Amino acid sequence: MKTLRRVALYGGLTIAAVTFIYPFLWMASSTLKPPFEVGTLTLVPDRPTLDNYRVMWARAPFGRALANSALVATTITAAVLLLGSMTAYAMTRLRFRGRRLLNAATIAVLLVPGQLTLIPLYTLIVRLGWVDTYAALVAPYLFNATAILMLRQFFVQIPQSLVDSARMDGMGELRILFTIFWPLAKPVLAAVAIFTFMGSWNEVLWPLLVVREQKLMTLPQLLTVFALGGGAGSIGVSLASGMVLVVPVVVAYAFLQRYFIESMAGAGIKG
Amino acid sequence: MRAEERSGWLLTAPYAGFLLAFAAYPIVFALVLVFMRWDLVTAPSFAGLDNVRLLATDARFWRAVANTFVFLGIHVPLQIATALALALALNRPLALRAFWRAAFFLPVVISGAVVAILWNALYATDVGLINRLLAQIGVAPVPWLTDPRTAMPAIAVMVTWKNVGFYVIIYLAGLQYIPRSCQEAIELEGASAWQRFWHLTLPLLLPQTILVVTLSTINGFQLFIEPYVMTGGGPLRRTLSVVLYLYTNAFSYQKMGYAATIGVALALIIGIVVAVQRRLIGSAEAA
Repeated sequence: MKTLRRVALYGGLTIAAVTFIYPFLWMASSTLKPPFEVGTLTLVPDRPTLDNYRVMWARAPFGRALANSALVATTITAAVLLLGSMTAYAMTRLRFRGRRLLNAATIAVLLVPGQLTLIPLYTLIVRLGWVDTYAALVAPYLFNATAILMLRQFFVQIPQSLVDSARMDGMGELRILFTIFWPLAKPVLAAVAIFTFMGSWNEVLWPLLVVREQKLMTLPQLLTVFALGGGAGSIGVSLASGMVLVVPVVVAYAFLQRYFIESMAGAGIKG
Repeated sequence: MRAEERSGWLLTAPYAGFLLAFAAYPIVFALVLVFMRWDLVTAPSFAGLDNVRLLATDARFWRAVANTFVFLGIHVPLQIATALALALALNRPLALRAFWRAAFFLPVVISGAVVAILWNALYATDVGLINRLLAQIGVAPVPWLTDPRTAMPAIAVMVTWKNVGFYVIIYLAGLQYIPRSCQEAIELEGASAWQRFWHLTLPLLLPQTILVVTLSTINGFQLFIEPYVMTGGGPLRRTLSVVLYLYTNAFSYQKMGYAATIGVALALIIGIVVAVQRRLIGSAEAA
């Protein structure tokens, strides 16, 4: 009886795991198959080919899109960490007028659905003349309310005596933040970095609104436009473009899965 | 001015500026746009209640709302059932627990655009993996994304598959708070596994279930990239989502006032639906 239940448990888990992993393996192998082989269930191509990648690379600027995505996601992540921890530090360690208002505003921002502000933000970008610029892709993401609240939550727990003695030694607030708080806050900073980077890396609706020029498109945007516009021409080519976006993520995830899961589940990010 | 006050303002000034420009202004301007007509090229003009009136009678908007409810009707229960089942399995003493957890979470880290392109291939009528598998057991090919009856359910299943790992983590966190002593006590009373689940585990996981319902509902209202990539809102507009319709109005028709009106209406609908759900779950608990 007991053995039977264990067999059922592991059998069920295996079926579930295959359901989640197999489609990605099939995707990877399909990109290495000639068109007439794509529909087959086998994972090892009979006649492996790199044609899909060659076609994809020749038809749209995927190298450029990869660089754009990396630049945008890195800039946003750095800003969210630096500016966010400055804000969280001030909100927990400095008494000034307006602090409570800032706190309330941060929570209010989290409650407003993004669809409400999407169009007014887009018209703002148009009026600023930022359509087809990196500024449009980066500016609305420089701060992140979730990140500020997570950092705040952690900073609150750092003993005030540390701050007081550092001030006695003549340290400025920024030095206290970066030389005392940052080393202590590494796990939180890592969690914030992962969900911020992933959120930006996978974002597609915002770029679709504010970028039309191909050479400024981010990777998820370009591959969406590529697949829809018929530029791909075949499933294999279309999936090959997806691989450029997915492979770096899967490699990072393979090494840091625990941190990915804690970070993304903790922040409520679902791709 | 005190030095502390000055430092506080200096350090938070960028954030305050950001909140004004990218949060407060868009929220206020969204409400202004409801009463405007604007194509971004000519000057905006006052439209009175035209946008609101149009929205009230716009068959395509209400079709999109109805489609979302079809989506949620399948997605939310399926999401709860699958996440709960996988979390319960993972909560047992297991070999390779980290591996299973990582496998279930894998689709969560993958871009929605890529998942849509991948499932487009999986759902393809002739060469799609799913129909190939069904053919092995003698089922005729199903036109998943081109039949108005199956298109939205197919998308709902795909989104459930993509997000389940996220909700598994929520349920696992909840399961850790159910004390062993509780489990053992009820076992000693001679309760079956099913009774234990129904009368102990499920009620104790109510906070997690509320969270799953709320988050998957909000997520469902944000449906965009899946229909955009896979169906374009068809067939017969059965997969047109509210955000896809909003995007089309802004991007293809240049109707900023109307697109903003859809956004405001969607925010209201989300607020109402989530409030009603919480009420219902709350009263079910009391009963």
